Amino acid sequence: MAGKTLYDKLWDAHVVHTDPDGTALLYIDRHLVHEVTSPQAFEGLKLAGRQPWRVDSMLAVADHNVPTTDRRRGISDPISRAQVEALDANCAEFGITEFTMTDHRQGIVHVIGPEQGLTLPGMTIVCGDSHTSTHGAFATIAMGIGTSEVEHVMATQCLVTRKPRTMQIRVEGELGPGVTAKDIVLAIIGEIGTAGGTGYAVEYAGDAIQRLSMEERMTICNMSIEAGARCGLVAVDDTTIEYLRGRPYAPGGELWERAVAAWRDLVSDADAEFDRVMRLDAAAIQPQVTWGTSPEMVAPVGASVPDPEAEADPIKREGYRHALQYMGLRPHQPIGEIPLDRVFIGSCTNSRIEDLRAAAAVARGRRVAETLKQAMVVPGSGLVKAQAEAEGLDRIFLEAGFEWREPGCSMCLAMNADRLEPGEHCASTSNRNFEGRQGTGGRTHLVSPAMAAAAAIAGRFVDIRDL
Amino acid sequence: MEPFTQHTGMVAPLDRANVDTDAIIPKQFLKSIKRTGFGPNLFDAWRYLDHGEPGQDCSQRPRNPDFVLNRPRYQDASILLARTNFGCGSSREHAVWALAQDGFRAVIAPSFGDIFFNNSLKNGFLPIRLDAAVVDRLFGEVQASEGYTLTIDLPAQTVTTPDGESFGFEIDASRKHCLVNGLDDIALTLQQAEAIRAYEARRRDEAPWLFGGAA
Repeated sequence: MAGKTLYDKLWDAHVVHTDPDGTALLYIDRHLVHEVTSPQAFEGLKLAGRQPWRVDSMLAVADHNVPTTDRRRGISDPISRAQVEALDANCAEFGITEFTMTDHRQGIVHVIGPEQGLTLPGMTIVCGDSHTSTHGAFATIAMGIGTSEVEHVMATQCLVTRKPRTMQIRVEGELGPGVTAKDIVLAIIGEIGTAGGTGYAVEYAGDAIQRLSMEERMTICNMSIEAGARCGLVAVDDTTIEYLRGRPYAPGGELWERAVAAWRDLVSDADAEFDRVMRLDAAAIQPQVTWGTSPEMVAPVGASVPDPEAEADPIKREGYRHALQYMGLRPHQPIGEIPLDRVFIGSCTNSRIEDLRAAAAVARGRRVAETLKQAMVVPGSGLVKAQAEAEGLDRIFLEAGFEWREPGCSMCLAMNADRLEPGEHCASTSNRNFEGRQGTGGRTHLVSPAMAAAAAIAGRFVDIRDL
Repeated sequence: MEPFTQHTGMVAPLDRANVDTDAIIPKQFLKSIKRTGFGPNLFDAWRYLDHGEPGQDCSQRPRNPDFVLNRPRYQDASILLARTNFGCGSSREHAVWALAQDGFRAVIAPSFGDIFFNNSLKNGFLPIRLDAAVVDRLFGEVQASEGYTLTIDLPAQTVTTPDGESFGFEIDASRKHCLVNGLDDIALTLQQAEAIRAYEARRRDEAPWLFGGAA
């Protein structure tokens, strides 16, 4: 019999019950909650007279609606404010731990889980947010769920689900200089498409993945959902364990030793079989820039916008036509000649300390191009912000002409005041270039933090390797 | 949940691949703390010519005449025909609420975003996967014939054209059972509360660090 994949091990350890048709009741260890997808779930719970099954499995934080400017003035938009206040009231009523808007630990939910050691190997983790896949970097089953499922997990500590198929994506060889985790995952999505991972749990493996830091692994797992995957995972190794050592909510003392011993087994067996295996040569990956309105519409920075008429598939051709029209681009236009209006460095994909260091290394001693209306840096959490300030990164950004903001989701989805105006192009380290994602009519180009910083300096996309 | 058994309805074709949930319901409408009121803002950025904000009277807003769902012939549609990867992206269940509250009972596509698919089933809104070639043919038929209807039979797991041609579709037995009977998922799961508690007790012994909470 073949060995088990990492996903198989995690799945088997969490199944409470399986129906004859394969529908399973999966126990959930950690439930992260934010203000946008939870109010209707709390309401449902109250209407049915139910209590949360295990409040100690939960952590709540407001991140989507929060302003990234001075917090002491509160939220000016009354609808946004009401949503955050609803979260505060619900957490108070049910006794759920919440990092409130003025807590120094507040931040993007997918940044603070790992940062606090609330994300631990071997867990099942859910959140009413598709980018929950981020936490898979710690060898967890981490899935985004809808509001009905949020209510279900609150009430039962379980999720009704089916076991997905497994895919292994092996990235092997040396990454070129200036090529980052963001470029790896964009290249993967460019290769398999935004539905390429649908129905799969994707494990990222290979020596290029093993050499990545936890921050980089989180970037890759974060965008698994952009490939359609249910979740992304990376096996436990020393990097995982060293990241977690001493985190506020990580186990300590004798329990830490026991946990680490158990975590060492959270790897796919050598003879495990995956339903699909894909290989990628790390050395061939170049810095990536998206040109369209789906993350699969991506190209190396030195390339040009494709010609829809060259597409054989009629549905794809139509999609390309729509995308070019929305983005205001023409076929064969070099990526480097796309005009830029704003730059956004932040989001659950790329707002951790390493991301800010990479961007600051490019910004140091340089100036944001005068042609840009704005270049902003939004740290992923209060602790990331404090760390960056302790390292002097804020000074580098400010001196270069970037804005240095308070933590939150910010212009990744523009639910707060940070947004693009119609027609504006933005070099963004976020995860989605969908129509209107960063503001109605806004045009998003996804890139790595270093590429975003370089674009801010040059006023257009440039190859980070040429700097 | 409203039960779903049989439904015959007019079909509207949305001929685009990768329709994401940001397009189905833009982010500004996610600030609501209610479960209702999303219908008029379905596909807001495509449906209207102006920028929408929560709380507007949408009947007064200028409609985009080029958007397919605005054409008079599709006004009474209750079945959406879509392309591959429909509902990809964000986990917002508001996308399903908006579709259902605008009068849709089902969406037919070759493939769906996973989270959208699950969210649909929790709301008595049926996502049906049919082969891309079949979907392609249905697009042709809908566009060719005004007032085109399809009949969905969930117990029989079929979609039937006006000519009487039927296409089978797959759905998990337990999900079908919940939909057909309009059952509350949480009540069903709580019937297994003892099994959940037993699992929990065993795991507390095996892996106590998993129970070190945020509390």
